[in-house]
Amino acid sequence: MTGHGILEIVLFCLTVTALTKPLGVYMHRVFEGQPTALSRAIGPVERVIYRLLGVRESDDMRWTQYSFALLAFSAVGMLLTYVLLRLQGALPLNPRGFGGGQMPPDLAFGTAASFATNTNWQSYVPEASVSTLSNMLALTVQNWTSAAAGMAVAVAVCRGFARHGSAGIGNFWVDLIRACLYILLPICIPYALFLVWQGVPQTFAAPVVAAGLDGSRQTLLTGPVASQEAIKMLGTNGGGFFNANSAHPFENPTPLTNFVQIVSIFAIPAALTCTFGRMVGNPRQGWAIFGAMAALFLCGLAVCYQAETAGVPAVRDIRVAAFEDDAPGAGNMEGKEVRFGIAPSALFATVTTAASCGAVNSMHDSYTPLGGMVALLNILCDETVFGGVGAGLFGMLMYAIVAVFIAGLMVGRTPEYLGKKIGKYEVRMAILALLILFATAASWTALACTMPIPPSAAALNRVNGSSPALDLGGASNNVGNPGAHGFSELLYAYASQTGNNGSAFAGLTANTPYYNLTGGIAMLVGRFLMIIPLLAMSGSLARKQPTPASAGSLATDTPTFAFLLAGVVLVVGALEYFPALALGPIAENLQMLARQAF
Amino acid sequence: MIRHLRPALVTVLILSALFGLVLPTAITGAALFLFPHQAGGSLVQLGGRVIGSGVIGQTFASPGYFHPRPSAAGAGYDPLASGGTNLGPTNAKLLRGRHRDHAGGAPDPGDFDGIGDLAASYRAENQLAATDLAPADAVTRSASGLDPHISPRNAILQAARIARARRVSVASVRDIIDQNTEGRQWGIFGQPRVNVLRANLALDGMGSGQATAHPTGTGR
Repeated sequence: MTGHGILEIVLFCLTVTALTKPLGVYMHRVFEGQPTALSRAIGPVERVIYRLLGVRESDDMRWTQYSFALLAFSAVGMLLTYVLLRLQGALPLNPRGFGGGQMPPDLAFGTAASFATNTNWQSYVPEASVSTLSNMLALTVQNWTSAAAGMAVAVAVCRGFARHGSAGIGNFWVDLIRACLYILLPICIPYALFLVWQGVPQTFAAPVVAAGLDGSRQTLLTGPVASQEAIKMLGTNGGGFFNANSAHPFENPTPLTNFVQIVSIFAIPAALTCTFGRMVGNPRQGWAIFGAMAALFLCGLAVCYQAETAGVPAVRDIRVAAFEDDAPGAGNMEGKEVRFGIAPSALFATVTTAASCGAVNSMHDSYTPLGGMVALLNILCDETVFGGVGAGLFGMLMYAIVAVFIAGLMVGRTPEYLGKKIGKYEVRMAILALLILFATAASWTALACTMPIPPSAAALNRVNGSSPALDLGGASNNVGNPGAHGFSELLYAYASQTGNNGSAFAGLTANTPYYNLTGGIAMLVGRFLMIIPLLAMSGSLARKQPTPASAGSLATDTPTFAFLLAGVVLVVGALEYFPALALGPIAENLQMLARQAF
Repeated sequence: MIRHLRPALVTVLILSALFGLVLPTAITGAALFLFPHQAGGSLVQLGGRVIGSGVIGQTFASPGYFHPRPSAAGAGYDPLASGGTNLGPTNAKLLRGRHRDHAGGAPDPGDFDGIGDLAASYRAENQLAATDLAPADAVTRSASGLDPHISPRNAILQAARIARARRVSVASVRDIIDQNTEGRQWGIFGQPRVNVLRANLALDGMGSGQATAHPTGTGR
C-alpha cells in the first residue's frame, strides 16, 4: 500500500459521499414528480412520450401490474436485441462485415439476455463479433433501459415502505421514462464529451491501418465508443466496446478517466440510499443503509488492495520488483495497466463487483487468490454493497427485512421496519429471492463442474466460430487455469451471471452453446425471479397501516442497525458460499503461499 | 400482460431511436467539433502516414527502441484482439512457461514465455546481472495487451542498450526519458509512466533536430 494509493482511495470515498445527498435529493424530486431545474426543458418531451404510450402520469399500478409491465418491456427489448444481433449482416454501419456467423443463435440469446438484465456478460470478443450498429442500437439502448428499469423497481420497492393503505406502488412507465430523461441523460452527455477530451474515440470513420514505427502493422478500430462508455459506467452495465473493457486505452485512456469511471459506478447506487431516506420521511434511515454498505465496501477494498500489493511469492522469487516506486513489496502487475497501477486497479475491481457493474480495468482472473475472492464475495453477497443502479438498493432492503426478522427473533418481538409490521409474507418473499439467487448460482456451477455432455452431443460445447471446430468437454470444463483456480472460474461465471454483474474470470471459454444457454437462463432467473418477490413484498407493505413506534421497537436509523445489517449480509451471503470459497480461492491461497503451481 | 404490450413496444421504439441513433450521432457531431483529434482515435502521423495511435501501444523489437511490455493481444499489440493472459498466480504456465522452438526453428504454437523466462530475456538483452531486480511491468502482460506505457524504471534500465545501438550517450537517452515521463495526472491520479511510442519518436528525432510528431491534445 502506498501513500498515493490511499490518497486516491480517500478522495474516491469523499467524492461519492459528497455526491450522495445532492443527487439523492434530486432523484427523490424526479420520482415524486416534483418540478426540478430541468422540468421546463424536458417536461414537454416527457408528456409527448406519455401520450404516445397511452399512459397517464397519475395512473397507479398494483404490484402485479408493475411486474407485468416490467416483464413486457424487458421481453420486447430482449427480442429486439436478439433480432438486431442476428440480422447485423444485413444492416448498415458494419465496417468489418460481421454477420450471423459471428453471432449464432445461442450467442445472440445469451447476449440479449445479458444486456436486457443489466448484466453485460460478454462471452464473445466484441471487436471480432458485433457491428457498430449492433453496439449502438442493440446493446447501448439496453444499457439505458435496463438501468432505468432497475431504478424504477428500486423506487417502487421504496414506495412499499413509504405508503400507507395504498393499493399501488407507482407507474412503471412513468418511473422508467423519468429515470432515462431526468437522471441518466443529463449526466451522460457531458460525461461522454469528457471522455472524448481525454482520448476516447467517438467517430463513425472506418478502421485505420497504421504502419508502426518498427515495422509492425495495426488495424486501429474506433467507433462511437464514448457515448457507449458513459452509460456503460453510469448505468452499472459494464459491457465493453472492446474485449479488454475499461482496461483498453480507447475506453479508459487516462488515470483521470479511470477515477471518474469508478465514481460514476457508485454515484447513483449511493445516492439512491438518500432517495430512500427521503421517501420514507427519515433521511437517517437512508444513511443507516449507506453506512452498512460503506462498512462492507471498505473491508473488501482493504483486503483486495493488500493482497494485490503483497503480490505472488513465486514472482518475488524470480527477483521481480514492484514498479511502484514507493512500494517495497512486489505488486501483482499481471493483467494490470501501467497508467493505473495497483491501487486504482484494486479499487476498480472492488467497486465494479460491489455494484453490479462488471466493467473491469484489470483482469480479475490474474488477481491473487484473496484479491479475486473479494470480487467474488462481493458478487455472492448479491451485490448489495451499493449494488447496481436500483438493484443494489432493493437487494439491501431484502437483507434489511431479514435483519429485522433475525433481530425480532433474538428479542422475541414482532419485527417492524419503518413502522410496518414485517409478517410471514414479507419474510417469505425476501428469503425466496435470496434462495433463488443462491440455488441458481450454486447448481449451475455444480453442473458445469461435472459437464454432463455425452460425446454424441459434443457440438453443444463447440467454441463458436472456431475453425477447425474445437469441441470442449468434461475433461477441461472450458477453464483456462488448472486446479482450484479453475473451479473459481466456474463459480465466478455463474455467480456473476446470476447476480447480473457481468465481470468474469475470463480464462473460461464461455462462447459455446452450453455456456451461452445456461448463462442466459441464469441471468434471466437472477434478474426477474429476484425482482418479482420483492415487488410482491412491496405491494403487501404498501397496503399496511403504520404501527406507532413503541419502547420495544428496534430503531433502524442507528449505527447499531447498520452494523447488524452488515453482519447479516456477511453471515447470510458469505456462509452460504463458504464451502465453495474454501474449494476455490481459499485453497488456492494456501497453494500460492506454499509456492505450488500446476 | 397484453395491455402492457403497446406501451412496451412504443417505449422500446422511442428509446431505441433516441439513445441508439440520435444521441450517439449528436455526441459524435459535438465530439468532432470540440475534440477532432481524440474523437478520431488520437492518430499519430509521420510524413503524412499514420504510424499508430498516441494512446495505443505497438510492438518495438529493435534494440534501438524502447520496448513495450509483453502483450497477450493476438500475436502482440493486435487491436483486433485486446485482452490479457487471464492466467492465475498458481498456474505453472504463467510462472515457469518456457519459450520453445521446433527443430526447424519455427516457434512452437504451444509455447509460452512465463514470467521467469521473460525476466531472463529482459536481463540478457539489457545486460543486467541475474540478481538485478527486473521491473514488474517488463515481465507481466497488461490487461488490454495494448498498454502504451512502461514504468520510468523500466525505461531507465533499457537506456544503456538503446544508447549502444544508436551510438549515442546514455545521458542523451536519459534526457529523452525525462522529457517523456508523465507524472501522476493532476499530481494525484495513477502512476508515473513513459509513453513508448512518444519516447521512440523522440529517439528518432534525436540529432536531426527535426520536430517530431508528438501526439497532441491528449488532455493533460
